[in-house]
Amino acid sequence: MAAKSIISRPVYGTLSPQPGKHHLFITDAEGALAIAEMAGSAPPGFFDDAEIVFIPGPDGKHTAALQALRPAQFHLSPSFASLLPRLRQTLANAHMGLRLYLAGTEGLIGQAMQVALEAGIDHTSIQTEHRGSLARRMQCVHCKGITENVTTQPATCAHCGLLLLVRDHYSRRIAAFQGVCINAEDRSEIPPMEEVFR
Amino acid sequence: MSTGTTKLDVVVSDVVPVNDLVTRFHFRRRDGELLPTFSGGAHVVVEMRDGERTRLNPYSLMGSPLDTREYTISVRRDDVGRGGSLFMHRNVKPGMEMVVSYPVNLFSLDLRAKKHLMLAGGIGITPFMAQTAQLAAEGGNFELHYTCRTASLGTYADVLRERYDRRVRLYHDDLDERIELDRLLSTQPLGTHLYVCGPAGMINWVRDRAASLGWPSETVHFEHFAAPQPGLPFDVTLAVSGKTIRVDEQQSLLEAIEAAGVDPPYLCRGGVCGQCETNVISCDGKFIHNDHWLSEEEHRSGKKIMPCVSRFEGRSLVLER
Repeated sequence: MAAKSIISRPVYGTLSPQPGKHHLFITDAEGALAIAEMAGSAPPGFFDDAEIVFIPGPDGKHTAALQALRPAQFHLSPSFASLLPRLRQTLANAHMGLRLYLAGTEGLIGQAMQVALEAGIDHTSIQTEHRGSLARRMQCVHCKGITENVTTQPATCAHCGLLLLVRDHYSRRIAAFQGVCINAEDRSEIPPMEEVFR
Repeated sequence: MSTGTTKLDVVVSDVVPVNDLVTRFHFRRRDGELLPTFSGGAHVVVEMRDGERTRLNPYSLMGSPLDTREYTISVRRDDVGRGGSLFMHRNVKPGMEMVVSYPVNLFSLDLRAKKHLMLAGGIGITPFMAQTAQLAAEGGNFELHYTCRTASLGTYADVLRERYDRRVRLYHDDLDERIELDRLLSTQPLGTHLYVCGPAGMINWVRDRAASLGWPSETVHFEHFAAPQPGLPFDVTLAVSGKTIRVDEQQSLLEAIEAAGVDPPYLCRGGVCGQCETNVISCDGKFIHNDHWLSEEEHRSGKKIMPCVSRFEGRSLVLER
């Protein structure tokens, strides 16, 4: 569970069925379980107007649980990058009345929300539930490069190699936490690296 | 005391009858300077000095926000109201010196929207006059649906059609033309924001249908200034200032508090902004809540009142003021 710290650090809720004409779910790995649990409180016929896009992740579990909900459309995708064109297309053609539900890792929620914001959806109207990994997408403030799946504190920038303090400071616009050089005064000072974002 | 606002000394530069019910008033600064900038949807509170009595009514600014040489408002005459609109229609003449508040916007455009869908009913058209001017200047994407009783009472319908052509759709009650609301709301592209200004019944209808059809509340904007309703006179004790006052039939509670020399905060004077929210210390009787600010739960609690539009009937009322 993501703890509340500074105001820009995203906090997530629990999925709940919203009034709407179409329901679009984007989920990865254990996020599938959040949707399956929400289905218990959904009105009859809710999934007749629903589309679920699922990234199963390495262990490939939970696909059957989602298919059992019998959504109008169900798509499996190997990665977020591979579902992105489809998601953009769906949102570009969508009408008001579409509700968006994001469940799973922070990286998935953040990146899907980034696309939704570009499509004009207010972030506070998006249903979110965090499940699974707390690994972070991080942007290096020095070289602007994005490093995916950061689990350590500090972390090494995959682009410029600086050792970065991973802050809670988050950007919805770029869907990443901020990484700032941790030893700018004396580069020989190397603090111990711990795995904290699991 | 109007919170966060300062007053503007203005002169009435023009008075233009628009139709049988509506008259437009133009104001310029007495010192000849430009007026403060405002954004579409903003209103000013106009002070009307009528002999012993001062009325303060909010009116939406309807001119283009790009032109601050003058402010314009349109006032619909209400023959059974408390007299503010009648005062404007009968007593206000070009050259008259008046005082208006700085503009305040409680109904602003959300400029993140991909499209702005506007629904106006009757005199509720006025904020949209300014909003459409603002959007048109920026190349913004908007569509205005305007319901009026008859073509001759369709205030500014002709102006709007001429300015924006097919982006404006008119509906006349006397021709039985009705907005197909569900279809309209269901065919809007994702990223549309909805704005509604008009009679309370229309606002409630639109908000209700929008919510049912899956419009998030963040995308639904509305404004309805409740006019203070006349009612039975009642007595109020102001505990902080140690005064007991009487609220007359035609007076609002806020006006009675002000008349007693107490200076509570206010902004919109129409039950919308929340500035004049007042705690109830004790009461024996029932509240007549007319505001859009307090929640239903707060209305039921009997612990709070919006003195700009709400009243009280009963034996005693003590306010923390």
